[in-house]
Amino acid sequence: MTIESEDNQGDEMETTASKGSLSDISAARLQKQPGNSALGVGLEARGVHAWFGEKHALANVSLDFWPGTVTALIGPSGCGKSTFLRTLNRMHEFIPTAAMAGEVLLNGEDIYAAGVDVTKIRLKVGMVFQKPNPFPSMTIAENVLAGLKLAQLKVENKDDLLEECLERAGLWSEVKDRLNTHGGALSGGQQQRLCIARALAVRPQVLLMDEPCSALDPGSTLRIEETISQLSSSVTIVIVTHNMQQAARVSDYTAFFLSDGGPGQMIEVGSTNEIFSRPKDERTENYVTGRFG
Amino acid sequence: MSTIEKLPTPKPRKPWAATPVDRLKTAGIIAVAALVSFLLVAATPLKGKLAYAVVFFFTYLIIDFVVSLLKAGRPAAIDSLFRGLATTTIVIAITPIVSILVTVWARGHKGLHWTLFTKDMHSNAFTDPVIQGGLLHAIIGTFLLVVIAMVISVPIGILTALYLTEIRGRFTRPIEFLVQAMSGVPSIVAGLFIYAAILVPLTKAVNGFQGSLALAILMIPTVARTSQEVLKLIPSDLREAGVALGGTQWRSVALVVVPAARSGLITAMILGVARVAGETAPILLLTGGSGTKNYNIFRGSLGSLPNYIWQAFAAGTPESITRAWTGILVLLVIVVILFSAARILGNRKVGKK
Repeated sequence: MTIESEDNQGDEMETTASKGSLSDISAARLQKQPGNSALGVGLEARGVHAWFGEKHALANVSLDFWPGTVTALIGPSGCGKSTFLRTLNRMHEFIPTAAMAGEVLLNGEDIYAAGVDVTKIRLKVGMVFQKPNPFPSMTIAENVLAGLKLAQLKVENKDDLLEECLERAGLWSEVKDRLNTHGGALSGGQQQRLCIARALAVRPQVLLMDEPCSALDPGSTLRIEETISQLSSSVTIVIVTHNMQQAARVSDYTAFFLSDGGPGQMIEVGSTNEIFSRPKDERTENYVTGRFG
Repeated sequence: MSTIEKLPTPKPRKPWAATPVDRLKTAGIIAVAALVSFLLVAATPLKGKLAYAVVFFFTYLIIDFVVSLLKAGRPAAIDSLFRGLATTTIVIAITPIVSILVTVWARGHKGLHWTLFTKDMHSNAFTDPVIQGGLLHAIIGTFLLVVIAMVISVPIGILTALYLTEIRGRFTRPIEFLVQAMSGVPSIVAGLFIYAAILVPLTKAVNGFQGSLALAILMIPTVARTSQEVLKLIPSDLREAGVALGGTQWRSVALVVVPAARSGLITAMILGVARVAGETAPILLLTGGSGTKNYNIFRGSLGSLPNYIWQAFAAGTPESITRAWTGILVLLVIVVILFSAARILGNRKVGKK
């Protein structure tokens, strides 16, 4: 399945969102296969461990993210999925006691190798946070273009980029008349889409989303999910979510994380339809059928 | 299925507001408390306005407590007692401030006249009639001292705060402790330090800059501590968002964190200025107290408002003491203007019309 088949996905999603089991929902999605893509080699985690001080939070996760696909990380709270997400763009090291082991390869090169410029990594691997966090001192337009200023990038035509990013984030029609007002006046869902537009403006190859809808109402959640579906043709997306319906609706692949009291581990990864219809591991089945977690 | 009938919109009410009966009750308690305090003061050796006030407050609290206890039970009574205590404390806290303002106005306004702001004291003595001479030299001096102290201490203070909140290096703890300890340094110590370190070995003469240095020493801890508290309030989400967009830490701090904390940082600056604007001890020691205008902070004796006030009080005649009170009044007004200006600047949102 290639990128061209993306267009009708949004419609399908809406029709299936309200009915059916998780496996029905995920089956209705057009499955994307790993394959040739113009989006680069992709992102691969190899034996990633993570610690906070003495606490071993994540053990031995190896996971490939295929270019142009959406991968959902699911699992109960405290299973290390957000920690894993943050190792993928080196935001993990933002916590003073953090440590890690293993490799994360972006286009075949380890982002933790000595001499790697971490700011360049974060340009290629963007991030959207759990709570919408537009910069309070900036207007909507300034927020979208903030990445250019922060990373000191030059752009030919800022207005075009501004419109393009807001369009891709599905926000343009709602804010085009008030680009110079403050982002704080927007609703939570709009703020989150503003943050997505902001992340897109530096043209990342991969977009990490850490429970982007957990602070939003169902309507805004649906809009963000549409946005994710539309973006997935041009950006590789990794999304952490507690909402399994959401994982079933938006992702091509799903990885299930679990902690049995010790460090979090990845129990199983597979195509989303597989995970929700015929998981191989009993624990995955228990989780996706709602028997625990 | 029933349909909702269309009713006329009711009038907005406040059913929780005090009813006339409640008000009457409060008035009754106040009246009884006033009566009791009057009787107590008359019957016991207690004397004076203060005694009335103290007895009145306590009897009011007790009667109010007992009435609530009988009517609504213990929790409500304690609630009402606490409210009464808090209200009373506010009165106690505000009384000295109001008293100072009233006294300063009452004694200082006689000396107010236009030439205060156009003339200096180079051809007048403090004992001359208050209509002669002026404060211009002292206003200029105080302005220069504070501005230079600000120019030195605000960058140092804010950068210190940024080290403590953003960089969080190995020295965070000791520096935090040091800043805290420094905010308790008596101003005369700062003055003596500059006196021993600069005036005696190097300049061997008074000048304004030395005063500014001493004031800066006093300002830095205030600015640093307040800025640190303000920066701590900025959600770490914003810092992470800045860094996640490919900014270096410096650019993320400069473009995201500091602008978000702007109004708080301005408050930190004002608190620093307020700390030193009326500071007298180091000024007396280091800047001299010339009565002539001096725009050069690096050379010669520099007059200032605290110095003017001190000299005027020391002269001891009725004229000079009026001058001192007028000086205090002007100093207070300047501080209030500074506060309001910075408040307005700090609250103004970027891009807001």
